[in-house]
Amino acid sequence: MRSVETLRMDKFLAMGGFAQYVWPAYAAFFVILAGDVLATVVRRRRVLRELRGRLARQGTRRPRVSA
Amino acid sequence: MNAFKLWYHKLGSPPYFYVFAGYIQPWLWTIALLLAAVGLYGGLVLAPPDALQGDAFRIIFVHVPAAWMSLFVYGVMAVSAFVAVIWRPKMAEVLAMESAPIGAAFTLIALITGSLWGKPMWGTYWTWDARLTSELVLFFIYLGIIGLYHAFDDPRQGARAASFLAMIGAVNLPIVHYSVVWWNTLHQGTTVHYFGPSSIAPSMLWPLLLMTIAAKFYYGASLMGRSRVALLSLERGKDWVADEVRGDTAHG
Repeated sequence: MRSVETLRMDKFLAMGGFAQYVWPAYAAFFVILAGDVLATVVRRRRVLRELRGRLARQGTRRPRVSA
Repeated sequence: MNAFKLWYHKLGSPPYFYVFAGYIQPWLWTIALLLAAVGLYGGLVLAPPDALQGDAFRIIFVHVPAAWMSLFVYGVMAVSAFVAVIWRPKMAEVLAMESAPIGAAFTLIALITGSLWGKPMWGTYWTWDARLTSELVLFFIYLGIIGLYHAFDDPRQGARAASFLAMIGAVNLPIVHYSVVWWNTLHQGTTVHYFGPSSIAPSMLWPLLLMTIAAKFYYGASLMGRSRVALLSLERGKDWVADEVRGDTAHG
């Protein structure tokens, strides 16, 4: 016996027979935007690592001169 | 008015913008996610199936906001590019160049979701009609701007060249927008109007508007995040970046 909730969920997921179009469209929306966010997170880490290396190399040997 | 003008000019200063962007970013994120959550519930659950398209019409709630954003982001980018070319403030260059990938993402979403909507409604994933073709051209213009920006060793020179391209590419915006009016196309005409009544049921309209506003806030959040990273990279060697990097190391 399947519960009423399960049946309602199945009906929702079926999207009136258009599930194969509706869900990939929503997936595309969220996956591509997540990619945009992830790209920024990765770039931020890379830039910070680079800048930290730069600071470490400069060290405290000489006073920093702003460019 | 004076206080506003002062604040506006302060925003043009990279270290000030960096702090400001970091402060508003979590708020933009929160608003975007809340609006999207309510909008998705309204669109996927509360709105009734369309009389003609059944549940396939629900693609509208991701397709239309993305398509609108593909033009909106371009508009913001083109204005920033114009300011960057004429007055050359660094912030305008950063905002223009960091908008391009976000706009490209929204354009790609509009193309993919539109294709997935076209198959059950028109019987084809793709057709070379005016709206679809001009939107595809928009995507290539975005890619061209991104590519040109990265083709230069000096990012400021790259931003300048890419800003020119962004301004020229703006001629495509009215073509995309009016393509459904000017040409006989498979794509349906406008159903949401700023002035006068929209030809869409209120139960479908409010989730659509919420998703649209959510997308705008998402753009803001993403742009702030991207601009902050770009500033760290562009302003390397400046004292404020060194301070920021040390502070960031301190808390992980």
